[in-house]
Amino acid sequence: MTVLANTLTTKNLSVFHVGPINITLHEGECIGLSGPSGCGKSIFLKALADLLESKGEVSLHDQTNTRIDAPEWRKKVQLIPAESLWWFNTVGEHFKKPINKTQLQLLSLNADIEQQAVNQLSTGQKQRLALLRSLECKPTVLLLDEPTASLDKDNTQRVEQLIQHYLKENNASALWISHDPEQLKRVSTKLLAMTNGQLEPA
Amino acid sequence: MNLITLTSWDLLTTSSLIFILAIISIKQRLGLHKSLLIAALRASIQLFLIGFILRWLFGDINPLWLIIVSGIMLLAAGREVISRQQRPFTGSFGYLSSTLSMFLSSFVLTIGALTVIIQPELWYSPQYSIPLLGMLLGNTMNGIAISMDRLTSSTWQQQQVIEQRLMLGETSTEALYDIKKEAMRAGMIPSINGMASAGIVALPGMMTGQILAGSPPIDAVKYQILILFLITAGSGFGVYASLHMGSKRLFDSRHRLRLERISAKP
Repeated sequence: MTVLANTLTTKNLSVFHVGPINITLHEGECIGLSGPSGCGKSIFLKALADLLESKGEVSLHDQTNTRIDAPEWRKKVQLIPAESLWWFNTVGEHFKKPINKTQLQLLSLNADIEQQAVNQLSTGQKQRLALLRSLECKPTVLLLDEPTASLDKDNTQRVEQLIQHYLKENNASALWISHDPEQLKRVSTKLLAMTNGQLEPA
Repeated sequence: MNLITLTSWDLLTTSSLIFILAIISIKQRLGLHKSLLIAALRASIQLFLIGFILRWLFGDINPLWLIIVSGIMLLAAGREVISRQQRPFTGSFGYLSSTLSMFLSSFVLTIGALTVIIQPELWYSPQYSIPLLGMLLGNTMNGIAISMDRLTSSTWQQQQVIEQRLMLGETSTEALYDIKKEAMRAGMIPSINGMASAGIVALPGMMTGQILAGSPPIDAVKYQILILFLITAGSGFGVYASLHMGSKRLFDSRHRLRLERISAKP
């Protein structure tokens, strides 16, 4: 079988108590990941984004991450954490280009939110904006850590649609952590569960 | 010019002010008296000690002794930097990097000032070299201590922000930029303020000492300006060098934040 360009594979990846993990995330695939809090899901995502020193191998297409500059790797294999953080005063300063107006509309965010001060945003607004901030790098693999954790039902649906649309448009793949089994059924093509640092089919 | 020398009685009388302050601290439970008295005692002993050492150095000019004395000053300054850190780097890195930064800035500038500007008959003449080095070391030490403390404690506090910036593909330099800038500022502000307020708000200590000891004011002023420029440049270069080494140490070659390299307990 030919390995498509945006396919992420791990070979015996282990970090702290997590692993060794061998998975293949094919291009266009969205794997749903569940498991109790503290089982190592977020650590696993951090290791994939090369933010933690780990044993084993992670590769995109046929290139292992060590052969790509770490910042470049993280732009391609983008981790979007559950809690978004902001360090400049206004929303716009966190973006390299003007925010895509269609995407703002899709997430029911005001078009002038760019000028708004970050400390005036709600947690839900921040979470939606953080997603757009990450998508700006045009990642080919999305590592989503509870991307709708602080959102109501309508906004959850909007975010799900936006992500699914993005994956399709860009032939990108995703690893989606959620504590909502219904959500994972809706969005993912395959379900995995993590227990004691090991991945098993759910 | 007639010089008024101070007697031991003069100093004892002045020390009563420190005792009064200590008594207030005890009565008001401010918890300051112990460190106040120890610091006053340390200052007296250390200064007399350096006084005797200088007297001896002035009498018997020997480059070897000069090297030993300045080496001890440097090592003591390095130790002092570490003891002022809330979260020092683990292992010997903190000590080595700050000592190296102080060596690079203070020693080079002292030697430069002696050979190019002041040019005493014997360039390393201890009457010039030791006080100059002491001034530079003291100020560079303060700058480095403040900025390294700021660097490590801010990094600790803002670890999640740094990680999130890394996630977005920023390099370690970009992700640490704001913290490093703030640390540089914190280390430099005392010297910059010192220059800005010199003469208006405060008469600098060295100039005051020189005038009290009988020098003409304009001569004292010239020396003071020289010293201000030297200590600002010295602490600036020292702070810059130590922050450069320190911020490199906080990350590895894969631009991963390595918090285990700073001590976890404040």
